[in-house]
Amino acid sequence: MAVQRKRPALLKDNSWCAGCGHGLFTRLLHESLEELGYDNNYICVDGVGCSSNYFAATTLGSAIESHHGKAPTIARGVKLARPETMVFTYQGDGDAYVIGLSETLNAAHFADPITTFVLNNNNYGMTGGQMSWTSLPGQVTTTSKAGRDPETTGMPLDPLKMAAQEERVAFAARAALNSPKNINLAKKYIKKALELQVKEEKYAIVEMLSPCPTDWNLTPVQAIRWIEEEAVKYYPLGVLKDTTEGGGA
Amino acid sequence: MKVLMKGNEALAEGAVRGGAYLFAGYPMTPQSEIMEYLSVRMPELGRIFRQTESETASIFTVYGARQAGMRTFTSSSGVGMSLMQEGISGMCAKSIPGVFANVQRCGPGLGFALEGQGDYLRDTRGGGNGDYRVLILAPNSVQEMMDFAYESFELAEKWKNPVEILSEGKIGQMVEPVELPEFKETKRVVDGMDGVPKKILLDHDDPEFGLKIAKKIEAMAEEEQRWESYLTEDAETIFTAYGIPSRTARGAVDKLRAEGERVGLLRVISAWPFPVKGFAQLPDTVKRILTIESCVTPQMAEDVLITAKKVMHLRDAEVYSLCSGPVAAKVGEIMQKYYQIKEDPQKEAISIIPNKAEPFNRAEL
Repeated sequence: MAVQRKRPALLKDNSWCAGCGHGLFTRLLHESLEELGYDNNYICVDGVGCSSNYFAATTLGSAIESHHGKAPTIARGVKLARPETMVFTYQGDGDAYVIGLSETLNAAHFADPITTFVLNNNNYGMTGGQMSWTSLPGQVTTTSKAGRDPETTGMPLDPLKMAAQEERVAFAARAALNSPKNINLAKKYIKKALELQVKEEKYAIVEMLSPCPTDWNLTPVQAIRWIEEEAVKYYPLGVLKDTTEGGGA
Repeated sequence: MKVLMKGNEALAEGAVRGGAYLFAGYPMTPQSEIMEYLSVRMPELGRIFRQTESETASIFTVYGARQAGMRTFTSSSGVGMSLMQEGISGMCAKSIPGVFANVQRCGPGLGFALEGQGDYLRDTRGGGNGDYRVLILAPNSVQEMMDFAYESFELAEKWKNPVEILSEGKIGQMVEPVELPEFKETKRVVDGMDGVPKKILLDHDDPEFGLKIAKKIEAMAEEEQRWESYLTEDAETIFTAYGIPSRTARGAVDKLRAEGERVGLLRVISAWPFPVKGFAQLPDTVKRILTIESCVTPQMAEDVLITAKKVMHLRDAEVYSLCSGPVAAKVGEIMQKYYQIKEDPQKEAISIIPNKAEPFNRAEL
């Protein structure tokens, strides 16, 4: 028998584009918050970019608006003030991996008990699809109209791998928001990362490859296929680091 | 009982006694003693010290922690303060009562690392983007380093606006006897974001956002002006300065009075709001005003010029500027400038002491 999943209490209709991964993520996030009993005791520090729309997608969410790239640092301050509250950042790849690369890696270095979520859509979504450090070689964007040229702009950057190398990072994983199987895996990672924060006071980072059909100039269906066929070549899915019992990786 | 303390340490101890629960900072001359002192002092009291990866991170730690209700402060100098401007602008936009200290250097870029007053214009105008003002207190002694830091948290909370201590390398490094104030009661979280979850209203979603900021700036400007007048009652010439130059200027007033000259001092304490009221109280005998600053080009002198236009009976006063570079003008140099402008009002409205711009002789330091 088909069972309709209940929408988490704090979420309402969102304003992200059709086929975007952000709506999926906030759903998984709030399901996890409810299941862990923290939907009444959390503070989200959201990044600058499409993640800023999180404000509009919640009814009574506790969120702090960040400056571009600075969310992990702000979250550190919030957590120091309120250690009993669940504190996480919600950022895009431009925010966390380009302008905020220092903040992201320093958060992993300090390993304050916060959690970082990065939605990687391989371009700057909100500003209209400019090239990001995560754009793929040859990827056409509004600032790499002939396709990204690695000779002058480098190869796709993988800060998740860098963060995973930090000694005190408890969990680092990459999922994709492009199929039921991958979405269920993303939920598992999200919940585990948050659980590590509140139960063991540990830092964790989860990246999700997220479709951006509007700025990729693809249909939603083509966009989820593009992740499967192109993005995963440079951003392989799975657990990069897991220090918990039975984690292994 | 008074104890001997270094300026930077007095500022740190003043903040601790005033209720600071978290300090986040990054090393930079001439203010590093603040964080060195607090790296021991904060844990000793069960409070939090954090060395961050940059000044940007320091200010955003303050931004986050203070928004979540914890009394937090940071400090820096020169380019370090430039890096913080984004966060300061953000705190003003969100009415976050953070506190920070600028122990000034002088000059653009990396500048002259040890002392000076290079940042008046940047700090009083709000050095980041958009329209905002920061409440700025400028100490001129080690005691005031302590006292201003001590009261800064309550002042910031009163206005829900950041407060800056605009100090300078010389005050940070010198040692003087100070009276220690009583510890104020404090705790981890004093306010803010109680009863989560709640919607934190984005300021720019508020249709009256701009108007509210404008009204707050106007009210702060009205209520928070601070200054000190010295022998101004019958003065024809007014020296005006903040920080260390206000001390040498006072010495010059004493010497010139002994020579029968009618001079007085208006010491600026609140760099913002600029003490227009202090100038309005000057007598109508005033013929000329000389601003004395430890910088390379006139900075506070611009505010003095604007103020002289605002105060009816000062409209005809001549306005002069003496910029001494990083090192404060000596008493003799101020006296020399005084006689020069008194005897020849047309000559050199702005003067810069050239030898002061090149004191990079480390053997002398």
